[in-house]
Amino acid sequence: MQQADGTQPNVSEQFIDKQKFAAPIKSAVDKYRLLPEFLKVRGLVKQHLDSFNYFVNVGIKKIVRANDRIVSTVDPSLYLRFKDVRIGTPSLIVDGVSEQLSPHMCRLSDLTYAAPILVNIEYIQGSHDQKSKVEKNDVVIGRMPIMLRSCCCVLDGKTEAELARLGECPLDPGGYFIVKGTEKVILIQEQLSKNRIIIDTDKKGNITASVTSSTEATKSKTVIQMEKEKMYLCLNQFTKKIPIMIVLKAMGMESDQEVVQMVGRDPRYSALLLPSIEECASLSIYTSPEALQHLERQESRALPVLRDVFLANVPVHKNNFRPKCLYVAVMLRRMMEAMLNKDAMDDKDYVGNKRLELSGQLISLLFEDLFKSTIADVQKSVDYALQRRNRSSRFDLAQYLVKDFITNGLERTLSTGNWDVKRFKMNRKGMSQVLARLSFISTLGHMTRVSPQFEKSRKVSGPRALQPSQWGMLCPCDTPEGEACGLVKNLALMTHVTTDEEEGPLFSLCYCLGVEDLELLSGEELHTPNSFLVIVNGRILGKHGRPQWQNREFVSVFVNEKRNNVFQRAVYIASDGGRVCRPLVIADKGVSRIKEQHMIELRDGARTFDDFLQEGLIEYLDVNEENNALIALYEGEATPETTHIEIEPFTILGVCAGLIPYPHHNQSPRNTYQCAMGKQAMGNIAYNQLCRMDTLLYLLVYPQRPLLTTKSIELVGYDKLGAGQNATVAVMSYSGYDIEDAIVMNKASLDRGFGRCIVLKKYSAVNQKYDNGASDRILRPGRTEERERVLDDDGLAAPGEIICPGDIYINKEYPIETRGSPKGESCVVDKAALCSDKNNNLCIKFIIRHTRRPEVGDKFSSRHGQKGVCGTIIQQEDLPFSERGICPDLIMNPHGFPSRMTVGKMIELLGSKAGVSKGAFHYGSAFGEPSGHADRVEAISETLVNHGFSYNGKDFIYSGITGCPLQAYIFMGPIYYQKLKHMVLDKMHARGSGPRVMLTRQPTEGRARNGGLRVGEMERDCLIAYGASNLIFERLMLSSDPFEVQVCRVCGLLGYYNHKLRTGICSTCKNGDNISTMKLPYACKLLIQELQSMNIVSRLKLDEP
Amino acid sequence: MTNKGSNKEEKKFSIWDLPDVPMGEVPPHLQLQRTRVICNPDAPIHTDNISYSGAYASVGVDNSVQPDKFRHNFKVEVVRLNKDDIEFEMVGIDAAIANAFRRILISELPTMAIEKVLVANNTSIVQDEVLAHRLGLIPIKADPRLFEYLSANDTPNEKNTIVFKLHVRCEQGKPRLKVYSKDLTWLPNGSELIKESEKQESKPSTYTSFSCSQASQPEFSNSPICPTDDEIIIAKLGPGQEIELEAHAVKGVGKTHAKWSPVATAWYRMFPEVVLLEDIEDEMAEELKAKCPVGVFDIEDVGKDKRRAKVARSRACTLCRECIRGEGWDKRVALRRVRDHFIFTIESTGALRPEELFTEAVKILEDKCERVITELS
Repeated sequence: MQQADGTQPNVSEQFIDKQKFAAPIKSAVDKYRLLPEFLKVRGLVKQHLDSFNYFVNVGIKKIVRANDRIVSTVDPSLYLRFKDVRIGTPSLIVDGVSEQLSPHMCRLSDLTYAAPILVNIEYIQGSHDQKSKVEKNDVVIGRMPIMLRSCCCVLDGKTEAELARLGECPLDPGGYFIVKGTEKVILIQEQLSKNRIIIDTDKKGNITASVTSSTEATKSKTVIQMEKEKMYLCLNQFTKKIPIMIVLKAMGMESDQEVVQMVGRDPRYSALLLPSIEECASLSIYTSPEALQHLERQESRALPVLRDVFLANVPVHKNNFRPKCLYVAVMLRRMMEAMLNKDAMDDKDYVGNKRLELSGQLISLLFEDLFKSTIADVQKSVDYALQRRNRSSRFDLAQYLVKDFITNGLERTLSTGNWDVKRFKMNRKGMSQVLARLSFISTLGHMTRVSPQFEKSRKVSGPRALQPSQWGMLCPCDTPEGEACGLVKNLALMTHVTTDEEEGPLFSLCYCLGVEDLELLSGEELHTPNSFLVIVNGRILGKHGRPQWQNREFVSVFVNEKRNNVFQRAVYIASDGGRVCRPLVIADKGVSRIKEQHMIELRDGARTFDDFLQEGLIEYLDVNEENNALIALYEGEATPETTHIEIEPFTILGVCAGLIPYPHHNQSPRNTYQCAMGKQAMGNIAYNQLCRMDTLLYLLVYPQRPLLTTKSIELVGYDKLGAGQNATVAVMSYSGYDIEDAIVMNKASLDRGFGRCIVLKKYSAVNQKYDNGASDRILRPGRTEERERVLDDDGLAAPGEIICPGDIYINKEYPIETRGSPKGESCVVDKAALCSDKNNNLCIKFIIRHTRRPEVGDKFSSRHGQKGVCGTIIQQEDLPFSERGICPDLIMNPHGFPSRMTVGKMIELLGSKAGVSKGAFHYGSAFGEPSGHADRVEAISETLVNHGFSYNGKDFIYSGITGCPLQAYIFMGPIYYQKLKHMVLDKMHARGSGPRVMLTRQPTEGRARNGGLRVGEMERDCLIAYGASNLIFERLMLSSDPFEVQVCRVCGLLGYYNHKLRTGICSTCKNGDNISTMKLPYACKLLIQELQSMNIVSRLKLDEP
Repeated sequence: MTNKGSNKEEKKFSIWDLPDVPMGEVPPHLQLQRTRVICNPDAPIHTDNISYSGAYASVGVDNSVQPDKFRHNFKVEVVRLNKDDIEFEMVGIDAAIANAFRRILISELPTMAIEKVLVANNTSIVQDEVLAHRLGLIPIKADPRLFEYLSANDTPNEKNTIVFKLHVRCEQGKPRLKVYSKDLTWLPNGSELIKESEKQESKPSTYTSFSCSQASQPEFSNSPICPTDDEIIIAKLGPGQEIELEAHAVKGVGKTHAKWSPVATAWYRMFPEVVLLEDIEDEMAEELKAKCPVGVFDIEDVGKDKRRAKVARSRACTLCRECIRGEGWDKRVALRRVRDHFIFTIESTGALRPEELFTEAVKILEDKCERVITELS
């Protein structure tokens, strides 16, 4: 319910009265139950699915309808018309037989999960004399990659058992594509909204009004700029800035008075407009033809540009420029308002001025481009064919249609992520990424990520700062550290992103509700005080005297009125796609519409989330609309002015931040760190994790669900696919191996399986077929060599075999495949899979498994951004024990607390301890104390006391070494610890001698190439300061790239060593008389020669020793 | 020490006027420090043992360990004993010795545990290494004293190896099957798996070389070797999955791996002593009684409608420190631990009975002492 002028519409007044009668008491209803319902309906990645579904059901049809004809230019009577288009079920045609595809099949055999694009066509067959109209149905024009769990996917609407049968994890959210066996996500792209006036300042501090117009036909950017008190139009198509008055005059606005009237009769506005009018007059341009002439002198095609490019979002019918003039007037007025009052400036970072571009829109762009190109191609080849003289066969237009162009284009773009669409002047990189499968949470986090449009290197703070308007829409915690900080964002738990809604009905609705058409308004009437401009999706529709609106789902109405300093009186209606919005409970005069009985019905299954929407108990609000709402956090805080009530406060956080217990007690950067680290934690990936063939997979052997959970954890499914273990932590110092956040671990715990993980790596080989018909073949091993030990009779390594470096995996005849696993690692063959690749070659994949127990240097972290490496491993008997015989699994240094201020971690410890003693999971949802979704510390302490623990969680501890009690009570209890993917085994590296780089003959770089350890500049400085000159000499030359050169003492150039004469010879002096032999870094010799090649001679002058 | 002209009356006393330090007896406050750990609300104090023999020489008390006295004072009393655990009290012993027993129990008492697993077939979802790890952690009911350690170049024989077989299969079309520890079957005759040898002509050899059946030995004839618990889940099998393996258990100690530890855990706590420093009566007494979650305090009638708190069950105190929480309560109640009185608990994994475990631990400590003595002499 929204009203602008304070009066209550009749219909709802009755409604409220009844409600009041029915439930006069204001009682807080636990609305939490709505959340699981919401997520059941929407899923966590619904925005992707919605967007893709919209494209598949609506968008693709629109595109095809807009370009539905191919007409030959040679013979215009030959045409082909697309009558309908649809996407089939995902399938693959193998040897002429269509085979159903399932996503898991595609993952395993490196296929693209795609469905045929089927069109119904009608075309003219034959030519000249014998033409006939032919209709064909279900012609395949290409294959469209299908988003998992979308309406085209085979997984749509399947039950858990059916999903399991298809090899799919029921908890997997879908929303990604499978392209050539790799899972690809199209990231959500954040953009400035299209077709909206944005008032901003440019670099010089001039006020500008810019509109990025985007219609089906054109995309353009129009900027009106204020410079030296005069206003100019900047347009890319125009080389120069053009005074705005000339533009207005060219568009037929000849009367200066009307311009002033349109902007508003306020003398302040007229004064601001005066310099521009004067400038125009000084050029003696008074009429439209004069202005056009003036423009034509400067630019060519001025009128078409003004009509089609300038403010392209305002349509021009029959050369009627009046809407454009009015639009310019509104722009000018807003600029002047901004000049008079800085508050009227728009904020580019305001979320309401942003639109999120989702996969459906991006694919639709791509498809449109490819489809248009295909049509153009078909036309071209048809014309070519028709021009040829003697055609043997009957001319069939349809046969030119079938091409791989669309299929390949879509596949290539999705797998590279480079959207290079020339037609729309789009060239963006990194739009799609390989889905992170490090842990379940990293997958979810990846699906909700929002990537920015501008480059990350820009050192600006504005777009990186936390915006108040992000509340509830984008997670305030989840952003990466470093260069992308604040630019890459994540959606909050309940965010919904809209898809396009039809504008037509909205227009007619507006007119029905009494909007006066823009055409009928005089300039004067545009800004009369007691009226509101009605702007629908950036188009000025007209004005209205007393706007009253009833909000509906996904159509946002935003009334901008500031009564005190009346400036922008306008009603904004938006139905475009990409707006972020979220559900809120509607309140009437501060009384929630959701009553106890509704929640009971919900619990009993008699009511779904959609019913709540249908009955108008809940509505979606977008960011602009929120400005018109007064939202109470809790029902109890509602006042009569309150229009909406939040469903649950913890939904402002996203998926990753939702894992943190008591995040509202932590210092905020700690939550951000945890959001980054939660994605690196090892655990379970999906229910089908062991059936997958990922290149690298980290799994925890015994993952647990956290003892201290949050509501988000349960909603997301982290309790089913956890990534960590509940470790008993003692906060104390021990042994000195725990400084700088290092942790001390209990060896017995490690023996019993704490932190044990499995690393699975994929190796693959292709059985190549050669052009001459020969092919590689796999042989049965001869069983003579030791390194053939692991091979089975089929020539492939058998699963379960333990392999050592140098063992043969595949006994392929040419070449023999061997892979050396790093030294000291003994791995096991986990799986061997055979499949055929695109060229029908046999492809062999191996999954190699390595089980690791934690060792010194492995990285662990709690859920509060407190990471630390394992400092030492201590025998159980040496560790302290409590009165109940409890030994810690892990000891953490108390110095980790004061500077980090992670109070949440302490509460987690208390809560988990109470949880294990009581035998119940405790909750720590964000901001959950008032609503009962987080246990209060007082309650936890009481539980602890009831079970014989101290209220503060500190225990009386005996030293395991001396046997005496410690001189302090120790804060001890379980904390959920995550094992992060960084393990020493993957990092440790040392080298004696090894490979060198060809060019410089210096040791290679990096662990992967068995490279050397660099003595860098700083190390060198230390050695210089220390005076260890021999050491420098050794490190920098002898151990790196020593080279013996022959130097001519006369000319100082390098000579060579003649092996026949056994002397050095100077090639410049042509003799070997004055040659000295010396050692030089090879890189230096290289430099000298490279300089020589550039005609710079560098001479070595040798002194006598 | 007379100070002429001094008008400070209070400074007039002479140090010679002080009573003599009682010789041959430690003053009460020192005695308290010596024998009790005092658990203040903020932190425990006097936690360390005073082991220096001459610590109280100035008051004429010899603090050295005297075997006679020890023999006289030392007391062991079993509080609770059942199949798996024992709780007993040990009085008159130093914390270091008690701790030594605890440490030996955890890490130095040998047991038998599965160390080598030969997997013939494993089509279950549990990976070989994980399966082997799980098998290793299953406690085995076999007296380790009857076995020898298997050193690196020994061949496994009936003296040092116990062989188990596990062969489970979930038939196609059947519901999922749980593999329990009871499915491990003891092979008293050693391994049945044939070693793949290079030379074909030699007679097939197995992975062990048993000279006789273990079952023929009198110790095992009436109590066959098996896991201590039958219901430990090893794996779950889906239809068509199968596990076939042989597991070799050897003798080892908990120091090398926790699977050889004969105890789930072993620990002690010092005997709690709760002292009321002043009379606590009526409402205060009620309050005190209500404060304690484990019911240490009781209320007794002292006539005249007066009720007084008393310490009824100080042994139950878990040191939650509720009774000394709050303003002034630490002046009324003192929580202490008796330094030489240990409540020792051993939770056996089942290989040996808990009381046997302790005697074994004593033997090991004895051995160690003897080794020290022989090394010194």
